[in-house]
Amino acid sequence: MAEPLVFHYEVDGSDFTSAGTASVAVKKSLRQLGLPAEVIRKLSIAMYEGEINMVIHANGGTADVIVTEDYVDIVLADSGPGIEDVDKAMQEGFSTATAEIHSLGFGAGMGLPNMKRYSDEMSIETELGVGTTIRMRIYMT
Amino acid sequence: MKISTVKELLDARVLCGEDQLGKHVYSACGCDMMSDVLAYVKDQAVLLTGLVNPQVVRTAEMMDMVCIVFVRSKQPTEAILTLARNSGIVVMATDKRLYEACGKLYYHGLQNDEMEKDG
Ligand SMILES: Nc1ncnc2c1ncn2[C@@H]1O[C@H](COP(=O)(O)OP(=O)(O)O)[C@@H](O)[C@H]1O
Ligand SMILES: [Mg+2]
Repeated sequence: MAEPLVFHYEVDGSDFTSAGTASVAVKKSLRQLGLPAEVIRKLSIAMYEGEINMVIHANGGTADVIVTEDYVDIVLADSGPGIEDVDKAMQEGFSTATAEIHSLGFGAGMGLPNMKRYSDEMSIETELGVGTTIRMRIYMT
Repeated sequence: MKISTVKELLDARVLCGEDQLGKHVYSACGCDMMSDVLAYVKDQAVLLTGLVNPQVVRTAEMMDMVCIVFVRSKQPTEAILTLARNSGIVVMATDKRLYEACGKLYYHGLQNDEMEKDG
């Protein structure tokens, strides 16, 4: 493929029930494109964690997935509260999730560490009161 | 183990994916926290859980799992089943509790994390 393929999604922050819809759609599309199973698997988990975070911590946002010959980029952007201390947020087990989120099966504080683990490169841009943009790259090989 | 055997051992009702009961599965995990499934599970094909919401199906889909068992008589909504159908995931429900359901499957050979060599 010469031109990169771009998928764009609006992530609804008001509805936990629909959280993850974009990740499921991306996974189906990438399967149809015939990407390596391992790449799809890593990308799915990383994107799903990020998408859930946008819904439970940031009131939604946008998700863009850019597929090139050599890598896939995932860009998750929100206008939520921002992350106060990124190093702390990256620690396994750190979470500000409420009891309600726990009762929905999430909020173990493993999302960001998991995103780091399943992507080859990851960067977090965040500003309090402005929002957060997370970029992840996964190489094809 | 065939998915049909999982159904029999758990005395479960199949709610969708009946056409896939002949598929083989080699490992399972029992968990109510989807966060933990995403963080710690690797190559488990069956997810047993007492949590009922659409994220269970999406988590299973992200982890390439093929079968979900809802325990303690939990009844998933039609929306949950539609998601599962669209993802080709078998869904069943059993009256057993999570501990007993996992124990039964484990006792009958659904144990290892590694792929069994198919004879
Ligand atoms: N998009 C985001 N906007 C604001 N805060 C976030 C965002 N993503 C993560 N966080 C913060 O980082 C913490 C750790 O995130 P994560 O590792 O995914 O754990 P969890 O989502 O289970 O709390 C969250 O509890 C939250 O405080
Ligand atoms: Mg999270």
